[in-house]
Amino acid sequence: MLVACHDCDLLHHLGVIAEGATARCRRCGGLLRRRRRNGIERTVALALAAAVLFAVANAFPFLSFDMKGQVTQTTLVTGVLDLWRQDMPEIAALVLATSVLAPLLQISLLLYVLLPVHAGRVPWQMARAFRLLRHVQPWSMMEVFLVGILVAVTKLAGMAEVVPGLSLWAFALLIVVLAGAMSSLDPQEVWERLGVRS
Amino acid sequence: MSGAPRTGRAASCWTCHDCRLLCRVPAGAAHAARCPRCGAPLHARKPGSLERTWALVIAAALCYLPANLLPIMTVTSLGKAQSDTIMSGVVYLLHHGMWPLALVVFVASIFVPILKLVILVFLLVSVRRRSRWRPAERTRLYRVTEAIGRWSMVDIFVVTILVALVRLGALATIEARSGAVFFGAVVVLTMIAAESFDPRLIWDGCEEAEA
Ligand SMILES: [Zn+2]
Repeated sequence: MLVACHDCDLLHHLGVIAEGATARCRRCGGLLRRRRRNGIERTVALALAAAVLFAVANAFPFLSFDMKGQVTQTTLVTGVLDLWRQDMPEIAALVLATSVLAPLLQISLLLYVLLPVHAGRVPWQMARAFRLLRHVQPWSMMEVFLVGILVAVTKLAGMAEVVPGLSLWAFALLIVVLAGAMSSLDPQEVWERLGVRS
Repeated sequence: MSGAPRTGRAASCWTCHDCRLLCRVPAGAAHAARCPRCGAPLHARKPGSLERTWALVIAAALCYLPANLLPIMTVTSLGKAQSDTIMSGVVYLLHHGMWPLALVVFVASIFVPILKLVILVFLLVSVRRRSRWRPAERTRLYRVTEAIGRWSMVDIFVVTILVALVRLGALATIEARSGAVFFGAVVVLTMIAAESFDPRLIWDGCEEAEA
């Protein structure tokens, strides 16, 4: 099969790639294709786990803050609501998009496309959904948010007692599981199962 | 170079940007309609890549100064108000002996955005000059820029979490300030700028020089 490197346009004759193997461009080192063992099945399983963890992470407070007996708790969206109230709609929207909406969309699109593909069917508007997934991915920044939590907790440590909540662990696990889902996905395999239209 | 064409464009085969299918297009076509597999519009190169990337880089550079000079938050504790810029946040962490975190915030918030802007300007200029200098290294530089941009969001998230946790009325409040808006703009603009740059332009310059 003839393919062109996405980063430098060099043409390659790509033979059959073994499961688990990676093909790279011989000129610029760009990724041509990475085949995964049971890629679609593993991605579906991890995406389902991510959906459960996402629900837990958002349903419960992830930090409690105790200052002289006054306790505040925060969930992922409380900060967004407070920013909104403080007349910072742009930042509120950016934080909501990158820490809640993009991961939610990412998990939903993975399941929307891969569950039917796994069952041998082509979901409605599959190309559009799969394209959207690629565009959403860079905006899903949960791991960056986790580092933000770490910095914030350290800053507050002198002021009051900060107690991590259950959902913080779900959140950390979610990052690992979703990263695993994205890395076990071989987009070429999904497109090939879709086949050539028209 | 002679013999078989080495690149997709030279062979009149364009890679679909979305599903990566190599599609044959009529020779000399400016744009072919759509990818037969996924339906995305086909282009030999991202359209208007240089112009778009320049515009976004300039816009991000303009936001970079207010992002660093204006306060990103104000802490009011027992009647005393204190405003923090990104740099004063780093200094605060340093003074309290948390230098690993100070380093994280400094690298993510101050170093990464400026590094991204410098690399993108360097790539844009080198493509404009049809430079043949180390195309593989320049492509790698581009991949680095794409990968690190998201980490600049750390401080925006820190402000959000502080705002949500510290709202105890008379005791203490933390409010976000306009520096955070500019800072968010820098992150978003540099991310879109990296996405609109087409690394294949780096190699086009080398091929034209060879031909
Ligand atoms: Zn390449």
